[in-house]
Parts: sequence; structure tokens; C-alpha cells
Amino acid sequence: MTRVKQFPLPDLGEGLTEGEILKWFVAPGDRVTLNQPIVEVETAKAAVEIPCPYTGAVVEIFHGEGETVDVGAPIVSFDTDPDAGPLPEPETGGGPSEVTGPLIGEQSADGRTAVLVGYGPKESGGKRRARRPVNGSTAPAPAAPAAVAPAAAAPAPAPTPTPAPVVPAQPAPASVRVLAKPPVRKLAKDLGVDLTTLTPTGPNGSISRDDVLSAQSAAAAPAPAAVSAPSFGPDREQRIPIKGVRKLTAANMVASAFTAPHVTEFLTVDATRTVKAVERLRGMRDWRDVRVSPLLLVAKAVLTAVRRHPLVNSTWDEANGDIVVKEYVNLGIAAATERGLIVPNIADAGRLSLRELADAMNELVATAKAGKTAPAAMQGGTFTITNVGVFGVDTGTPILPPGETAILAFGAIRQQPWVHKGKVKPRYVTTLGLSFDHRIVDGELGSRFLADIGAFLTDPEAALLAWG
Amino acid sequence: MGDKPATKGRPATKARSGARRSRPASTPADAAALQGSAGEHGSAQEPEFVQLLTPDGERVEHPDYSVDFTDEQLQGLYRDLVIVRRLDLESTALQRQGHLAIWASLEGQEAAQIGSGRALRNQDMAFPTYREHGVLWCRGVDPTAPHGLFRGNDHGDWDPAKHNANLYTLVIGAQTLHAVGYAMGINYDGKVGTDDGEAAIVYFGDGASSQGDVHEACVFAGVYHAPVVFFCQNNQYAISEPVERQTRTPIYQRAAGYGFPGVRVDGNDVLACYAVARHALDQARHGQGPTLIEAYTYRMGAHTTTDDPTRYRTGSEVESWKQRDPITRMRAYLTKAGIGDDDFFASVDADADRITGRLREFVIGMPDPDSSRLFEHVYAEESPLQDAERAWFEQYQSSFVGEGAH
Repeated sequence: MTRVKQFPLPDLGEGLTEGEILKWFVAPGDRVTLNQPIVEVETAKAAVEIPCPYTGAVVEIFHGEGETVDVGAPIVSFDTDPDAGPLPEPETGGGPSEVTGPLIGEQSADGRTAVLVGYGPKESGGKRRARRPVNGSTAPAPAAPAAVAPAAAAPAPAPTPTPAPVVPAQPAPASVRVLAKPPVRKLAKDLGVDLTTLTPTGPNGSISRDDVLSAQSAAAAPAPAAVSAPSFGPDREQRIPIKGVRKLTAANMVASAFTAPHVTEFLTVDATRTVKAVERLRGMRDWRDVRVSPLLLVAKAVLTAVRRHPLVNSTWDEANGDIVVKEYVNLGIAAATERGLIVPNIADAGRLSLRELADAMNELVATAKAGKTAPAAMQGGTFTITNVGVFGVDTGTPILPPGETAILAFGAIRQQPWVHKGKVKPRYVTTLGLSFDHRIVDGELGSRFLADIGAFLTDPEAALLAWG
Repeated sequence: MGDKPATKGRPATKARSGARRSRPASTPADAAALQGSAGEHGSAQEPEFVQLLTPDGERVEHPDYSVDFTDEQLQGLYRDLVIVRRLDLESTALQRQGHLAIWASLEGQEAAQIGSGRALRNQDMAFPTYREHGVLWCRGVDPTAPHGLFRGNDHGDWDPAKHNANLYTLVIGAQTLHAVGYAMGINYDGKVGTDDGEAAIVYFGDGASSQGDVHEACVFAGVYHAPVVFFCQNNQYAISEPVERQTRTPIYQRAAGYGFPGVRVDGNDVLACYAVARHALDQARHGQGPTLIEAYTYRMGAHTTTDDPTRYRTGSEVESWKQRDPITRMRAYLTKAGIGDDDFFASVDADADRITGRLREFVIGMPDPDSSRLFEHVYAEESPLQDAERAWFEQYQSSFVGEGAH
């Protein structure tokens, strides 16, 4: 039995992982008695005073006021026999990493756990009971908590190490506990993404779904990698053959830019109600399995506005000297894929209900991301939306796909100061950019069309009631 | 036992079923106490209830509940109150020190539990919630027995049949049904009608009074005339929800709707709690059917160690209830009456220290349960299916490296 006892922060609630030291009532050297309040700790559930677990004297306080401490980490040590003379040397300078007694979750010599309650220190995260090898197969080695004296460790022999793929010459990731919600962990597992290699951007330093997805697409997309990490030759230049989608895109853009005189107009709108409408849709029972984004309502806005201004949904037929106005809208959605820009379209989107439109858009995007878009799906578009907002930019001056008369750029939706009902309020604001072919559409029509889309996004319910 | 008109003192308000007499309406004092004033609960003035010992330790008489206590009884009740409070405070400390996962404190409710618990006879059966540590104490259950539950080791380590105290029930209000079923069994066994008759008592709280189970239990108890006492400790809060959001009428008046008497007692007065519970239990064992007792008390601590009561109630409210502490008034009475002197109080404190020391030692050294206990007591007799499940589980446990049970 050692004289000096460490006190690890217990789980003061049910399932808490950390607590913040609010106030120490004792200082090193102070004599203390059992159950005397020593420290006030605030957890996610309550601020509580911790009663002293021993009678004796305070040796060392490991975490000061204001520090957030993991459950299971020692916060203070006590000399349980302060009248027995000065402490032996090895016991005095011991920081929390040089624990002589059993730590939380560790078993002492008598075989029982030192402190039962709590999740254990971070260093031992991801601990699971080791299984015995069965039929020659291997089981993961027991994860020994870092920096714990092995004196009281489990006596069982360690089986062969885990056969799981481990990047060699890398520090064991077990020393870092990765924060991620179970669905995100599942996603990462399914996609083969190693969570420990990611930079978390989620709340409280957790790894978000987007972190996993972006890591996966970065890993699975060598084509963009060629651009972002070019391999230069001795002349410090790289030559990328112009072919495939790149070549097609180039030809289309040149043809369009030099045949159709482009006019671009911008409109900044308060899209707060659109954001709320999207949230409402997400909350509806029969929409729960559908991925809904503001892009859906932008598409609906375009389709609604096209019905009021059909001329924007047309083609300049130079050969026959006609303007071909279409009753159907084949709504193109510009998609950035591994192979480059493609613009698949939803045929006759104007006839779809909102739900059908959502399903069609999700299918279109999924097919495009998977690189499985059929050539037929990229032909016959009559109006295109390019969602540049996903890249975080405000808007742009899009170039018309050949044969189309208008294209809408949908910028990022951000909370911005906006005058709402006479007061400056944080509102969800976005900027729309509409390019149109001035051969067909004049400034007036283009402006009215764009204003209609803006009005829709400002108040989708009213627009659907009035024009739906 | 019938109604007595309210003359002087604090009348017991009782309600018999039937058209024989009408039930007194709730008084403004009730309303004030239950609705609270300035957002506080029961602090403005005391409601109408049975009281034998005032907060100042003055012994008062009640026309319906006249009990003569011997000096030994009074000393014993004081000793019980002090010991169960010390055990409770120690348990809270043990949770804060990481040895228990959670603890549900009884602080403030000692009189309600000790009074009713000591009113039980050996043959009576108690059905607790998860807070009746004081009742268990009265039933002779070892004070360390509930702590396995609060450490996550077992469901409580006492034999309900031996102590006539059921295991703790975590499902709010569910034990009322168990108790009524048990009491109906007493009727079917014909064990009512004499002084040796049996009765059941079931504990629940003001929050549980809103549960469907409690309503169903009261319906059956009333219709089947079951020998059961519904003992509601109204501690003013269902976790953070104050009692006025449970009911618009005093809880004890609900009994009228079920056709049996209801009575409110000062839940911080151990003598009154004893007298009222004793009377109700005797009524039950003599075949007079159920009674609802509302013990008007206050939870001085948090709902559990996971709760932070400062977020929903004021310090002044807690202070006002401290003035009505059950132990303080009992000590004042014993001192004034010359029943307890400093030596007596010191010996009680020494007993409490010794017992809580044993509790601390036990909890810190509490062995992990043998996993085979999972399969014990599931059925009265074991079955082939259970044997197979036990065999599988043992094989599964042995597949781990190291100790079998963790």
C-alpha cells in the first residue's frame, strides 16, 4: 500500500466524459478529512462539490481552476499518512503519468477495479475486452493504457497482434481518441476511411460526416489530384492531354461564348424562408428518407418561373431562322465529378411533383458522382442550374450550355446582416446569377425572370400558392 | 373510523366513499401550499395535515391519531432518523468519489420513511421505489444491500421474502400494481380481519401520482377492497417538475375518487407519520380496505446525484424547509422532554459513524458480482432453455482473455 493516493475524476453524472474544475477549496500541504469538500467541478449536468476521499494531506493538484479534465484523469493526490514523516522520494514528484497505484479501469493486485465508474482516461480509449484466439485466428491485442505501470496489468499472455491493416512506421493511433458519432464511424468503416487520419471540423473537435466524405472523395479521385498535386517535369511544367470531358467542355464553352451574346444579372435575396421550408420538408414523415437541400427549391423556383416566362426555355435555331420555345423543361444540373464537369438533366422536370423532383435530383447526383451518367442523360437540356454555392462562393457569370438560352448560378447561402422588417437581422442570404442569350432574351424579360426566382426563394409558400 | 368535524388543531381530512357524507373542500391553505407563493413550494405556510410534533419540537395532540410513545420508542425513532441520514450522506459522497454510478438521496424524507417503516408489522409487505433506504432500514435489511444496484452490480442484495420488503423498482409507479396484486392475494388467502392480519404498503412519489399504473392500482385496490396502504411521499418535485404541475387538487383527495379514505400527514413529523401509517395499516389488516396517505415533505437534496436542483428551485425555499427538518424537531423534543441527553445523542452519532464506516468499507471493496447470478431467481424453477442460455453465456465469458467477469 502506498501512502500517496491519487484521485481520478469520477463520472459525476451518468455517462459523462469530462468536467471543468471550477474551484479548489484545498491547496497542496493542506490537511484534509474524509468527505470534506475539496473541489467544485462542473459537468454537462451539474456543478458539484467533490468530498475528499481520504483523510490526510494534499500532496499535489494536477489540474488548476478552469481546466477541463477527462473522467478518469487524476486531479489531486493525497498523503494518507502525513504524520509518518516526509514522503519517500519516488512518491513526491509523481505526476499523473507516473501512477503507482491502480488507475481507473485497472485492476489492483487484489483483482478489483480501482474506480469503477467512468469511461477511463483518454489514453486508454477504445478499450475492449480481448478475445482469446479461436481456431488459430488472431484476436486484437489488449489495448494497454499508455503510461501505466504494468505491475497490476492483466496477467493473461498477450495474443498475436491484430492483423488489421496498419500503416507501418506510424505512431499507434490508439493514443488519440477520435471523436465521431456512431453513424459517422459506420460511414468511415464502410468507405474504408481511417478516422485517425482526418482533421476534425465538427463540434467539439469531432469528425463530421463531411470530413469523412471529403477524405473519401480525395482518396478516390485521382483526377482532381492531378490538378491539385501536379507532377512537374524537369522543365517545371506539366502537360495534360486535352481529351475527354475536358475537351468537350472546352469546345462547348467556346462555341457558346462566341455565338450567344451573354448578359449576366445578379440578385441577392433573403432565402431564410427557403432554408426553413427545407427544414420543414426534412421533418415530414414521408420525406424522411429523402435528401433535401435548398437546391431543390431553387429548381422548383426555376420551373415555376419558366412557366411564367416560357421564352427563357428556348433554342436559337440559326439554320431554320426560328426561336424554338419548349413546353417541356429538361432541367440540367451541373455536377463536378471525378471526370470533370458534366451536366446531366432531368427530363420534363416541369411535370414532376416536388417529391418526384427531389428523387430525380438525388438520383441524378448519385449517378453522376458514381461516374455512371448515361450520355443520353446529358443531351437535350433546356435550362441549367449550376450550384457554385457548394464550393463556398457567392455567385458567378455562368456560360450557357450550347442550345440553351439561360443558366442560373446558385451561390452559397450564408447568414448575413439583412434588413428584415425594419431591423438588421441575421438572415440566410444568397446571390443568384443569371446569364441569358441576348439574342432571345432582353434585359426586361431576363430581369423579370430572375426577380420571379428571387421572389420564390424569398417566400416559397406564397410563390407556390400564387403561381404553383 | 369516520370523519371528525374540523374543530381545533389540525384536523385530519378523510374521505369515505359513498353518499354518507360529503368530503371537505380543499381549503385556501391547501391552495396556497400547493400552488406555492412567489414560485416556492410549501414554504409560505403549512397546509392542513396531521401533525403530532411541530417544527419547534412541541408535542401536539390530534383527535384521530392519539398515540402514546414510550421513551424507548422515541429514542429509537430518533436513532433511526440520524442513522439513515448519515448513511444517505455517505452514499452521496461515495458517488462523488467514483464508487457509485448514481445515488438517490432521501435527505429530508427520513421521517416519512422511518415513521411508516416502523409502523409496519413483521407480517406486512413493503413495496419501495428506489429511494426508500429508510424503509429498508426498518425492515432489517443490511444498509449495504441496495448499493449494488447503484453501482450497477446487481438489482439489490436482499431477500424480499425474508425481510418482507420488495426489491427497488425503477419504473415509476409500477410497484403500486405489484403491491395491489399482493394485497389482493392477502384477501384471497383470507389473511385479513384480525390483529394478525396482513397488509401491504406501497411507496411512490408525487411525480408517480400522474402515472397510469398508479391510477390502475388505485382502481383495483378500491374495487377489490385490497389491504394496501398507498404511501405517497410528496417531496414537492418530480425531478425538476414542481407538484403543482402534477395535480390541481391535493394528492390525498384523489382517494375519494377511488372510494377509499385519503389523509395528509406532515411528512417531516416522524410521530405523525407513524401514527397515520399505523392506523391505515391496521384498517387494512382488519379488512377495512385501502388508504391513501400523502406525506407532505421535501427532498432536501438533488433528485439523484445526476441532478442539479439549483437550476429549478431557490435557496430561500430550501432554507424554509430546513426550518422544518425532521431530525432537528425530534432532537428538540427529546431534549425538552428530558428523554434524550448529550450522552444519548453522542451514542447515536457514534453508532451512525460506525455503520457508515462499514458502508464505506463495503462499497469501496464491493466485489464484482458472479456473472452466474444473472440466471438465479429468474424463475422459481429452472428450465432447459435457461440451462442452455447459462451454458452459452459461460462459454462466451470464457472466450475472453483475462478475468471472466469484468
